[in-house]
Amino acid sequence: MLRFIVRRLLQAIPTLLILSILVFAWLRALPGGPAGALLGDKATPEKIAELNQILGLDQPIFVQYFKFLGRVLTGDFGNSLISTQPVLSEIGFALPATLELSIAALLLAVGLGIPLGYVAARFRGGFLDNTTIMATLVGVAVPVFFLGYLLQFIFAEQLGLFPVGGRQDTLIGATNVTGFAVLDGILTQEWDASWDAIVHLVLPAAALATIPLAVIVRITRASVLDVMNEDFIRTAQSKGLGAPTIRRRHVLRNALLPVATTIGLQTGLLLGGAVLTERVFNLNGIGSLLAEGIERRDYPRLQALILLGAVVYVLVNMLVDISYGIIDPRVRVR
Amino acid sequence: MLQSRGARTRRIALIGLSGALALSVTACAESQRDAGADNAGTFIFGAAGNPKMFDPIFNDEGETFRITRQMYDTLLMNKPGTAEVVGSLAEKWESSNEGKTWTFTLRKGVTFHDGTPFNAAAVCFNFDRWFNMKGQAAQSQMIYYGDVFEGFAANEGDAAGDPVYKNCEAKDDSTAVLNLNKAKGAFPAAFTLPSLSISSPEALKKYNADQVTQTGDSFSYSDYANLHPTGTGPFKFEGYDQGKGEITLVRNDAHWEKAKLDKLIFKVIKDENGRKQALKTGDIQGFDYPAPADYQLLRNEGQNVLIRPSFNVLYLGINQAGNPKLADVKVRQALAHGINREQFVKSKLAEGSEVATEFVPKAIAGYTEDVPKYPYDPEKAKQLLKEAGAEGLSLKFYYPTEVTRPYMPNPADTFTAISEDLKAIGINIEPIAKPWNGGYKDDVQKLGKHDLHLLGWTGDYNDAGNFVGTFFGREKPEFGFKNDQLFQALSAADGTQGEGPHAQAYQGVNKQIMEYLPAVPIAYPTPALVVGPKVQGMVPSPLTDERFNTVSLG
Repeated sequence: MLRFIVRRLLQAIPTLLILSILVFAWLRALPGGPAGALLGDKATPEKIAELNQILGLDQPIFVQYFKFLGRVLTGDFGNSLISTQPVLSEIGFALPATLELSIAALLLAVGLGIPLGYVAARFRGGFLDNTTIMATLVGVAVPVFFLGYLLQFIFAEQLGLFPVGGRQDTLIGATNVTGFAVLDGILTQEWDASWDAIVHLVLPAAALATIPLAVIVRITRASVLDVMNEDFIRTAQSKGLGAPTIRRRHVLRNALLPVATTIGLQTGLLLGGAVLTERVFNLNGIGSLLAEGIERRDYPRLQALILLGAVVYVLVNMLVDISYGIIDPRVRVR
Repeated sequence: MLQSRGARTRRIALIGLSGALALSVTACAESQRDAGADNAGTFIFGAAGNPKMFDPIFNDEGETFRITRQMYDTLLMNKPGTAEVVGSLAEKWESSNEGKTWTFTLRKGVTFHDGTPFNAAAVCFNFDRWFNMKGQAAQSQMIYYGDVFEGFAANEGDAAGDPVYKNCEAKDDSTAVLNLNKAKGAFPAAFTLPSLSISSPEALKKYNADQVTQTGDSFSYSDYANLHPTGTGPFKFEGYDQGKGEITLVRNDAHWEKAKLDKLIFKVIKDENGRKQALKTGDIQGFDYPAPADYQLLRNEGQNVLIRPSFNVLYLGINQAGNPKLADVKVRQALAHGINREQFVKSKLAEGSEVATEFVPKAIAGYTEDVPKYPYDPEKAKQLLKEAGAEGLSLKFYYPTEVTRPYMPNPADTFTAISEDLKAIGINIEPIAKPWNGGYKDDVQKLGKHDLHLLGWTGDYNDAGNFVGTFFGREKPEFGFKNDQLFQALSAADGTQGEGPHAQAYQGVNKQIMEYLPAVPIAYPTPALVVGPKVQGMVPSPLTDERFNTVSLG
């Protein structure tokens, strides 16, 4: 397993290198530059030219790239043009919000998706199955931001059951330990703060979970149906094994393999959804950083975020591969 | 059977336990929330973006200035609600030596937030600090200082020529004398600029305030700018929680105009819809620049939409270098007569906005009614085009996307209205939309790719030169014209001393500009800010210079 992990990590290096070149070239090909973003509204062409020279942006692009690469290798991604804070510390501040949201959404999607898909498959063609299929169709089709606004309108504005946005009530005065609001409340025993953070997470997590939930339900359902038609199930049945045992040991276990792949892919995609969800619910996470970075051409921030995203994607895929080995021992042998 | 009963019991117990836990947590939440009700003196304002850092001299953007304005004082300030210059840290001020010497009589008994005294030495320390700032990185970020004082002791980079600043003398504790190398029309109004806020010399030294370093494509600032901003203002910096996007200030009890609020929090909510909802649900008690289309909606909810007196101008830019026909004044006059500005202002801009007759708003000294005017007259416009031999003229009309400005709440709407009018007088319009930060400003201001474009300006201080000098003081790709007579007139007006003569000089210049018509002023839009129904004492300022020390929650 260790060799497998090391090999996968080594394979990731050229991927990330190529990506860094693409990102670098793409950002510099965009019209408007960092100098304009840095100088803001009162930027004059002369001041922009002066700043480009100070920042070395008038140098050949490959010189700029190698300087950038040299800095990145030492862990320096530069400072954000917008906030002037080091990009890595910005990401450090924003990451807890995104992780909290993504984990909550993933728990919701997996926790509900697998049982729902399984139940739908078991009662194939029935009322429950048909309803689930229809609901998942709607779930996949509704854009996250629309759903976000809809949930906000119904549950926050009209019914007043949940807060409209943000991570925590401003006046709650929670102590910041790790940056994870729910966890911090537990660590400091400020239950009020922890509960408040959870309440704030409900709507955004529900909005973000909808698409992965729908996908997981559908994949689980299809996969379970597939497995139930396999020969070994018939063998198990003919051996006289009880239905619950067959379902638990054979059907579910085998059906989970494609579901795990889907969960992995959906985890990667969650970040895309998080961009919109965070914006709608004002969560100041990675998604918000990215959206603002694109709007205002914040090169250092975008470079770091895209490369970080790629690293996360590589890692998640690696975890999925490892989980294959755990779910299905045959993969380890191959 | 036994086993399954056991499992069921466990399950029920688990549900019961979690239910009890949830209930207890809820109860706990309720009780603590009740306990927090004494936060009546905390005002939460929704900010559209994160602040840059808190050293005013390196800042140039509004979101940050709104915060630093509450923590710092300047020598002079704008009278609340107007652009009139009044005393602040300086109670009296006078100029002599033909505007080259400024003497400030300082307020007594003022201390910085770190407990050190404010005096003439502290004023001089600040001016000397700015003038002697070293390093291209630092100098390049002192945009307002560079603009007003035209350079540093050791000019690095592009800044050239003689700097305006000569030296500063602390005659006694409460008298600071500023000596300049040349007179400048921007004074005394420029002393109100938030960039020229007075910091505690001790704190500046202690936290290495001048340490601005380049890291990659950007700059990083000192601990002073990030963690220890120290002024004399009515609020003191308490902290900036970047994870939650909240900047907290607390009242400075020692301030001469002591704030009513205990605490002031700026909460970053980047999405405009989010700010609106947060105001509605009471999560925040105010935010800036609501969209004009929402004014009525907000009022229906019981919010107070506070209209600021206009301190900006929206104009249709004309690039004479792009198309030779545009160098003909008749064609430019035709454009001016061809636009139905009354209709545009009435239908597309917020209440209180007015048609612009020149390039400075009414609140500015130097504004005059006595300028050539170009009322809507499409027939005359067609006639002028005919006389100029420019019938069927085709023009590339640039307008920005992905942006709203106080002077241009909706660029696409503005473009549509104006281009329809121009089409009606027989001009062929080629629309070119570009993202504001993604090429628009480059194409228009640097490369001059356009024939027509939309732009505007919000004033920094009460001086006409800050408007017309910026636009037409020299040759620029944006307008593509060279008119030495006009350039000289602007330079002479800038150097004219005394309130009366200064204003008079600019009145003359404004008249000349409107005769020459290098661009067409369209409107003086009125931006607004909105506060909740319980908020009292917020005075909307034309310069977005709202001081929160007068605010209270009813």
